[in-house]
Amino acid sequence: MLSEALKSKFDQVIAHYPLKRSAIVPLLLFAQDEIGYISDEAIDEIARRVEVRPIEVIEDIGYYSMLHRQPIGKYNFQVCTNVSCQLLGGEEILEHCSKRLGIGHKQTSPDGLFSLEEVECLGACCGAPAMQVNYDFYENLTPERVDRLIEELKANGKAR
Amino acid sequence: MSDYQSYMKGSPLEVKVISARFGLPNSTSIDTFLAHEGYQALKKAFQMGPDSVINEMKNSGLRGRGGAGFNTGLKWSFVPKQTDKPKYVVCNADESEPATCKDRPLMEYDPHQLIEGIVIAGYAIGAHQGYIYIRGEYRYLMDILDRAIAEAYARGYLGRSIQGSGFDFDLCTHTGAGAYECGEETALLNSLEGLRGYPRVKPPFPAVVGVYGCPTIINNVETLCNAPHIILKGAEWYASLGTPKNGGTRLFCLSGHINRPGVYELPMGFPLRKMIEEVGGGIPGGKKLKSVIPGGSSCPLLTADEIDVPMDFDSLAKIGSMLGSGGVVMIDEDTCMVKVAQRIMKFYAHESCGWCIPCREGSAWLKRLLDRLHGGGGMPGDPETALDVSYNILGKTLCPLGDAAAMPTISIVKKFRSEFDEHVRLGACPYESKAFAV
Repeated sequence: MLSEALKSKFDQVIAHYPLKRSAIVPLLLFAQDEIGYISDEAIDEIARRVEVRPIEVIEDIGYYSMLHRQPIGKYNFQVCTNVSCQLLGGEEILEHCSKRLGIGHKQTSPDGLFSLEEVECLGACCGAPAMQVNYDFYENLTPERVDRLIEELKANGKAR
Repeated sequence: MSDYQSYMKGSPLEVKVISARFGLPNSTSIDTFLAHEGYQALKKAFQMGPDSVINEMKNSGLRGRGGAGFNTGLKWSFVPKQTDKPKYVVCNADESEPATCKDRPLMEYDPHQLIEGIVIAGYAIGAHQGYIYIRGEYRYLMDILDRAIAEAYARGYLGRSIQGSGFDFDLCTHTGAGAYECGEETALLNSLEGLRGYPRVKPPFPAVVGVYGCPTIINNVETLCNAPHIILKGAEWYASLGTPKNGGTRLFCLSGHINRPGVYELPMGFPLRKMIEEVGGGIPGGKKLKSVIPGGSSCPLLTADEIDVPMDFDSLAKIGSMLGSGGVVMIDEDTCMVKVAQRIMKFYAHESCGWCIPCREGSAWLKRLLDRLHGGGGMPGDPETALDVSYNILGKTLCPLGDAAAMPTISIVKKFRSEFDEHVRLGACPYESKAFAV
């Protein structure tokens, strides 16, 4: 079930546009923020509200890299390895995360706490090497900083 | 949030126009903004009238800061004056060009400056609705902008009859969800209409047929942030900050092998060598510079011998590269250029939207070739094949993503040819053991 807060956010967002379908991508992302992924129910609800067929919503999901149809970890590590980060050790940070979390690219840990993804430029080039955990930026990374962060998140986080 | 200290290290060589308010306490609040010339330009624009605003913009020499470098006032003047259709202003905040992180501080530290620029643009072309299309990863910036927009409504700088002018303008943010291609203006328009971000055929240009089939101007965040300063202080003043036909200042993002990475506001035409040595403090570890990406990864790379160049659109074009989006990456002598080419192509192959076959197939082919070559499986003739594939993408796609994949590749193969040959000869990467150290 989608929450009432989310449904009222849907109404607010749709009202911004002369064409309701403009709201599809924002609604998908907001639904994912709440549910953790994009459920069949969310697709149907969004399609109904913006007056398109569900398949048109599904077409969008396949295009945008932040949208996913399966649950992922509570903390999604998105490590940038693009040029500015690569030159300062972004690939090594990715490898380090992979080793410490015990998962590879686009995998989720069995306890549901962590996911890992190699991503393209995050716009954090002057703080390279950088990553995002969910929407939070972590910059000027070192393997030690990554270790501390993982420990903190393990302590804070309860798996979904 | 970004770490202010790591982005805004500051330099005495900076000329601060659009970054002038960044360091103020509560710089995002409307009260701070109003106390520092905020929304004064908008009031002046209402007195000048739309035509004078557009002329002022044209004469300022401001050129699009997203990368294409088109004269902003001229772009605005292409919007038809007589039309029954509504018109739109779209701010491109999909900052995704690798090495570019300048729109981030503009939105993070001075969101009202952007809002003021958007309203001025709307007034100039007769639009009453604006959208800020922001990349999905920049959620915290969207929250900052949403709060600023709410403040602007509450204080009468957005909404009905702004400051009693009779001019109405509504504005909201619109989040993307991860797609480099959506930074291209026509793909962005499709995305804004709820479709996959595939590019559109031009002409017609968005100024005539844009979002919802209506006249639309699309400008980069930094471009729009300049508008209030041009209106308030005049085209002549703004133009005089830069070089001929390249008015004003711009934000340069120094990254890679540089002692003081950061975002610096410098006059257009600032010498690249001085930027590297004096603003950025040179190359770490006393190493030699090997190459520079002058304006985001879509630009042809420069060699260390090519850095005596003024950083403006025309000077970079003269030496066969581009000023692009302001992302300047320094690459030191211990770096494998084949690996740089490989990583750049991995990006374009991933981000190609797949609409145009030369880009979709060519980028994937080049990625496989460069992977193999760097991995030690290079064959004689591979560099020629890389060039051949690149030239068959160049100019053969609807949007510039294809060119953006081809151009850096061509420049690296041509300028660093010996490194490719060395990979083929050794059957391995000669740098693998010593480069890319953490």
